Amino acid sequence: MGSRSSHAAVIPDGDSIRRETGFSQASLLRLHHRFRALDRNKKGYLSRMDLQQIGALAVNPLGDRIIESFFPDGSQRVDFPGFVRVLAHFRPVEDEDTETQDPKKPEPLNSRRNKLHCEFVRTCTNAFQLYDLDRDGKISRHEMLQVLRLMVGVQVTEEQLENIADRTVQEADEDGDGAVSFVEFTKSLEKMDVEQKMSIRILK
Amino acid sequence: MLRAALSLLALPLAGAAEEPTQKPESPGEPPPGLELFRWQWHEVEAPYLVALWILVASLAKIVFHLSRKVTSLVPESCLLILLGLVLGGIVLAVAKKAEYQLEPGTFFLFLLPPIVLDSGYFMPSRLFFDNLGAILTYAVVGTLWNAFTTGAALWGLQQAGLVAPRVQAGLLDFLLFGSLISAVDPVAVLAVFEEVHVNETLFIIVFGESLLNDAVTVVLYKVCNSFVEMGSANVQATDYLKGVASLFVVSLGGAAVGLVFAFLLALTTRFTKRVRIIEPLLVFLLAYAAYLTAEMASLSAILAVTMCGLGCKKYVEANISHKSRTTVKYTMKTLASCAETVIFMLLGISAVDSSKWAWDSGLVLGTLIFILFFRALGVVLQTWVLNQFRLVPLDKIDQVVMSYGGLRGAVAFALVILLDRTKVPAKDYFVATTIVVVFFTVIVQGLTIKPLVKWLKVKRSEHHKPTLNQELHEHTFDHILAAVEDVVGHHGYHYWRDRWEQFDKKYLSQLLMRRSAYRIRDQIWDVYYRLNIRDAISFVDQGGHVLSSTGLTLPSMPSRNSVAETSVTNLLRESGSGACLDLQVIDTVRSGRDREDAVMHHLLCGGLYKPRRRYKASCSRHFISEDAQERQDKEVFQQNMKRRLESFKSTKHNICFTKSKPRPRKTGRRKDGVANAEATNGKHRGLGFQDTAAVILTVESEEEEEESDSSETEKEDDEGIIFVARATSEVLQEGKVSGSLEVCPSPRIIPPSPTCAEKELPWKSGQGDLAVYVSSETTKIVPVDMQTGWNQSISSLESLASPPCNQAPILTCLPPHPRGTEEPQVPLHLPSDPRSSFAFPPSLAKAGRSRSESSADLPQQQELQPLMGHKDHTHLSPGTATSHWCIQFNRGSRL
Repeated sequence: MGSRSSHAAVIPDGDSIRRETGFSQASLLRLHHRFRALDRNKKGYLSRMDLQQIGALAVNPLGDRIIESFFPDGSQRVDFPGFVRVLAHFRPVEDEDTETQDPKKPEPLNSRRNKLHCEFVRTCTNAFQLYDLDRDGKISRHEMLQVLRLMVGVQVTEEQLENIADRTVQEADEDGDGAVSFVEFTKSLEKMDVEQKMSIRILK
Repeated sequence: MLRAALSLLALPLAGAAEEPTQKPESPGEPPPGLELFRWQWHEVEAPYLVALWILVASLAKIVFHLSRKVTSLVPESCLLILLGLVLGGIVLAVAKKAEYQLEPGTFFLFLLPPIVLDSGYFMPSRLFFDNLGAILTYAVVGTLWNAFTTGAALWGLQQAGLVAPRVQAGLLDFLLFGSLISAVDPVAVLAVFEEVHVNETLFIIVFGESLLNDAVTVVLYKVCNSFVEMGSANVQATDYLKGVASLFVVSLGGAAVGLVFAFLLALTTRFTKRVRIIEPLLVFLLAYAAYLTAEMASLSAILAVTMCGLGCKKYVEANISHKSRTTVKYTMKTLASCAETVIFMLLGISAVDSSKWAWDSGLVLGTLIFILFFRALGVVLQTWVLNQFRLVPLDKIDQVVMSYGGLRGAVAFALVILLDRTKVPAKDYFVATTIVVVFFTVIVQGLTIKPLVKWLKVKRSEHHKPTLNQELHEHTFDHILAAVEDVVGHHGYHYWRDRWEQFDKKYLSQLLMRRSAYRIRDQIWDVYYRLNIRDAISFVDQGGHVLSSTGLTLPSMPSRNSVAETSVTNLLRESGSGACLDLQVIDTVRSGRDREDAVMHHLLCGGLYKPRRRYKASCSRHFISEDAQERQDKEVFQQNMKRRLESFKSTKHNICFTKSKPRPRKTGRRKDGVANAEATNGKHRGLGFQDTAAVILTVESEEEEEESDSSETEKEDDEGIIFVARATSEVLQEGKVSGSLEVCPSPRIIPPSPTCAEKELPWKSGQGDLAVYVSSETTKIVPVDMQTGWNQSISSLESLASPPCNQAPILTCLPPHPRGTEEPQVPLHLPSDPRSSFAFPPSLAKAGRSRSESSADLPQQQELQPLMGHKDHTHLSPGTATSHWCIQFNRGSRL
């Protein structure tokens, strides 16, 4: 216990981060440990290079985009709170939160549903940003094509890929503007239990 | 003993079946000594009875399903068991002897494998592995728990004196009984849950458990059985250890056998391209071999077949042909359903045999209560533990359904029948109890689980169509999660799955899939492909009339340019589907008849189906040739689908097009000028056509197989060619021009509106290499014209008119084509490529007057004449503006 608290003290603003992101003390420690391991020169922040060092990330087709998501607005470094904030998107939903935090709420079920909905929107936002490269709030056909190109790999020819991209956009596109807006995007995800699929157990 | 029953059950039918065969003999006067009538029942007895029983079971199934009401309330398995009881009663009453019982040998060797194979092969593997932890826990820990608690509790019951003393059984006997009665039965679970439609997770957990617990059941049963036979006094401590070790040997061994056979199966199907017809057989044979091998080595056979099916599916599906896939699917389902039906019916029949069982109320009631209670308790305890680790906890309702869904079935019955009465004196009591338990779970629980699920509002499975978005997002999420796990530094499930997928892609798939299959193997593409097919089918179903869109093509240019008609959808649909692409391009200056001919030709070739042709009566044992009707249907289907696809592609280009609307008029004017210029030179005009170079591309996805399949595809294709003329020319000059333009000098055909839209159309982008168009469904002939100067002027227009395009232009390097080839010496018929053959449109050929006589009117042309061979494409010149005539025809084989 003693070592734990001493470790916790190492994390700057540990408490506020925890409050903000909802991570438990243990996982925060774990993340901090990881953060320091990734930070090669003990700079106190991570650069893109640091993340690109992770071997498996290099082979991941979306690796670059994931790395980008750690560096919002073109910044070159991410500090620990920023790091944790990004990872918090992948924290699973917890029922206990609602019970402990809102004991007065008359309908816990409803609040859970609300919570789930928030979670859903949050997850969608998160995923949406991976598609929407130019941040215009729409996934254009071009952006879709880029993602598809990453995902599908070499087995499919370019023109087939374009067909797929067209079809994908058209499928989700409801207002006919040739692009997938955020609302349309969430609609296409509604059937998928996203909030479950987009969380990692270890980040509880 | 069979004879007795035969006389009553089988005779009438047997007699009926044999009568026709006798009749031909009767007219002839048989010489004395030759029997007029010979009864050879014994020679056909066994197979006859088997066939008869299956027939009875199938007929019963039909009868059950006559009433929707009954089947919606009562699971089929219940009905079959009840039917079995009735039939068993009849047999018993007539023969005074119980007949046709469920023999353990038959059950394990013939009836069980199809069901397990079916469930393993069609197991949703993703879901299965996602829940593997839970499934394994329930299968291993749960089954062990059930067996020991039930056995021990029953023993306690006996100690308490609640079981009649005539049941002579010790603790080991009860444990043995517990081990066989505790396992959830895959057949029963499948039969009931398939009708209940609970959500996928719940289903896969219960069902997966029922499959995987086989290993535990087998081991427990064998261990306990041998302990009982050894006598409890002789059991050494090492034997217990051996028992534990054998659990691993049996389960892992079974799984390993299954995987080895899955590997062999996948590898074998990689090489079946010449003998497609045996593909389904291979699947069944190797899977069955896996089962038998595991059985032979006394490993878990169920596990082996499950793993075999699970492991091979991906590769086998990719390797075998579409028809084989359908065959495998249907045969597997048929066999499984058949086996299931027979099992339940025989179960009912077997229960009638009172000589086999002895009743003890205490034991029966105790067992019933205990298995229900301990199942529920076990589920609750395990779920509690599991929920600590599960991302999506299993809630209480799930647990209720899981507890209640623990059905026992034929496996338990077969195992209890296998007991040795001399070693297990209480066998008869156990048999009776097992029968009651099986009947209770299948009938009572089977009947009530549906209302229960409704009442508890268990999340049902929503069956929705796969969408591309969903598929794409799922993949993206997998990668995102794997990436996040990498960042976090936690090597969890996603990490390992990602790893496995990479390994699979790099090595396994390459090894086990044929190259062509591997190349096109992509799930997103798969979904896309399936969606298109579905769309096409529904389009046809809705009565999408082929000629309707062709009708639109007749209006001439002015109407095209009118606002109403400029909808790109229309234009593209027409041009894309090839119905009329070149309508307005037809040279207005030229003789009206030419134009009319061209119009009619394109109209006809686009809109009409091929005439039916006589087919060679081919009866090959190795290839199935379709009949004419099927071909015609396919043709209709293909045309509709193509049209559908084109309209689909086109919708997105609306904006693009409106921007470039002014263009057609301009180009049209220019074209007129050029056309006039050309017209002055009649010869040149005639030549125009000859300098088109044709590229025949076979674009079957399975290019690798072209050679071997050539004969086959030829057979299939030569009659059913739908050719679709389509102008797809591009001006593609490196770095400079991003637009595309069509110029087809000789027939003077310009496609309606060469716009950005067209440029983006896939068939264009695919032409990067020698205009090599590769798509899975089409084959094209691409004659290429060269009009450099002309095109340069057009291209300048193009650059003005074409709207900005996000995408970098796809640059093509066309192979050199000396302009000298514009001479008329290019032979019209190059039979160099026999596999895809094509006849150039007669009217077009007429336009090239200098040589029309030779070819245009030949009737065969429609079918087989290859216009130009592969070699011609070497004449294309690089960097020059080219215009292509794409003539594509479908290859039915993909569909």
